[in-house]
Amino acid sequence: MSLIPRPASFASAANPSPTETAASPEASPLSGSHPVAANAGGANTSGGASTPLKIETRRMNFFYGSHQALFDINLRIPERAVTALIGPSGCGKSTYLRALNRMNDIIEGTRHTGDVLLDSHDIYAPNIDVVALRKRVGMVFQKSTPFPKSIFENVAYGMRIAGIRNRTFIQETVERCLQQSALWNEVKDRLKDSAMALSGGQQQRLCIARALATNPEVLLMDEPASALDPASTARIEDLIIELKQNYTIVIVTHNMQQAARISEFTAFFCQGRLVEVGLTKQLFFKPREKETEDYITGRFG
Amino acid sequence: MTADDRQSPNDPPLASSHGSAASDLVYRFTWQRLRENFIQFTLFMCALLSVLTTLAIIFVLVSEAVFGIPPERAFFQEISLSQFFLETRWAPQYSPAFFGIWPLVCGTFLIAAIAGLIGLPTGLLSAIYLSEYASPRVRSIAKPTLELLAGVPTVVYGYFGLRIVTPYFIRPMLRPADVFGIDWLWNIPVDGFNALSGGIVVGLMIIPTVCSLSEDVLRAVPRTLREAGYALGSTKFDVCVRVVVPSALSGIIAAFLLAISRAVGETMAVTIAAGQKPTLTLNPLSQIETMTAYVVNVMSGDTPVGTIEYKSLYAVALVLFLTTLVMNLISQMVLARYREVYQ
Repeated sequence: MSLIPRPASFASAANPSPTETAASPEASPLSGSHPVAANAGGANTSGGASTPLKIETRRMNFFYGSHQALFDINLRIPERAVTALIGPSGCGKSTYLRALNRMNDIIEGTRHTGDVLLDSHDIYAPNIDVVALRKRVGMVFQKSTPFPKSIFENVAYGMRIAGIRNRTFIQETVERCLQQSALWNEVKDRLKDSAMALSGGQQQRLCIARALATNPEVLLMDEPASALDPASTARIEDLIIELKQNYTIVIVTHNMQQAARISEFTAFFCQGRLVEVGLTKQLFFKPREKETEDYITGRFG
Repeated sequence: MTADDRQSPNDPPLASSHGSAASDLVYRFTWQRLRENFIQFTLFMCALLSVLTTLAIIFVLVSEAVFGIPPERAFFQEISLSQFFLETRWAPQYSPAFFGIWPLVCGTFLIAAIAGLIGLPTGLLSAIYLSEYASPRVRSIAKPTLELLAGVPTVVYGYFGLRIVTPYFIRPMLRPADVFGIDWLWNIPVDGFNALSGGIVVGLMIIPTVCSLSEDVLRAVPRTLREAGYALGSTKFDVCVRVVVPSALSGIIAAFLLAISRAVGETMAVTIAAGQKPTLTLNPLSQIETMTAYVVNVMSGDTPVGTIEYKSLYAVALVLFLTTLVMNLISQMVLARYREVYQ
């Protein structure tokens, strides 16, 4: 199994109420030197119980060959909440997201410095099994990527590669995940049909179901609704709000209304730097930085 | 609103100093138009050429083999279809001569089967290696080298089969008694010309075809699909076998069928390595003759034009033509059946 111990509280902890979640990120600023990242501390406005941290990056720099894409990123992502990453194109938010499940490893010539911690364990440590890591940190992409298999086999894929043979278990999991992703009623009579025949929005929900089937703790979403029509987008957003009760979700989005609708926390990236991070409400209504204000009011980007 | 108003802002002026709008549309001769017509005509003729060639070949095959142009009689007007398909011997030079096609068909399929067994898996696996595992540097060296195999003349392959594969690989393995003088081991008879050596060299010959075509379709699988596989906790091998290869399946099958067509049509290598003795056998160690080798045999010999032996050549060619035609049709159907569209 995975080399990273799972937190005991994962399965049993009660869902935090929205107010608690909103008020409770652990707020003490990092000791890191980046002044803006320390803004995260501003969220600590109440003395409520702190939400445990799920992911933390410390002084992370990231390089594609000689090109530096991320500069000194200090960011803490709380458990079971939606954290949105926003920023203009090419600002590094997708690169950051993909660093969280080491998806950048498969691109030649990438490297990083600094720490990326999942439950306080460095996921880039030499003894980490990347395959096990990615089962715990699932990912949904911008473009829906159904495999050329049946709907059922798409969702069962993660279990098949994990060597699970128990047919009842696979069937139950497929049904549960399709229900969680609000696709079950539309496909329950045609699970054997090719997944390629589904509509774009259905394919994207299928990809979410497929990611859920490996029972991850974190879901990384890279603009999951940007290629969808408004109705499908609304369904995906409802789904994300539903899923955050059990999963830590990090979502990259270009749509600021979307970030405002679904996330508790928002981080604003610009030119490879983390400019500002805080409660979504605060970042949108009272941004600290001039750059953030310019971006969210549409003056640039 | 007056008529004046309606005309002035948008409509072109009906009468002005540089000619009326209506007369601009009238067809007039220009050099540019002539050039366009000439280009279109040339392109059409080029396309027509290949269609006409195919039709001409079909016409010649059918007129020599099925319906003779009087007073000539075609092959099947002299030899009954029942003899052609029910006789088990192919012996045109005997008297009475025997024209049973099966020994030649059998030889051809024996070669194609052996070549397929060797060439298809090797080609696909090397394509997977080049596309998924090899570093760009290794690929930049390995791929041209592999494609160099396709540039070797087929007659060299045939000679290689006859002079290297049979004496130094097949015989030592199957006849250790003869070759090494170890008399208590097995001793399986191997002909000097044999289907196995021919099949092996044809298999080597189709590796570049399979590999190059398969690698192209494997690399065309979108990166997002691979990443989706990795994101679910796949190993590299899982991604190859369960995501990339199934996604590229239609192209791989097309590559396979093309390679098999090539093995069926391959002539020089099998004539040299597998022999010229029509034998109805599935034993890969005996001498055989393929349909193509028979055609070479008749053409290079001194068979007089107009004899039944000469006409049999067209009957064999027709069977060969129909075989590859059927294989092409199957590959079209497979492509249509398994096509998955990625943009």
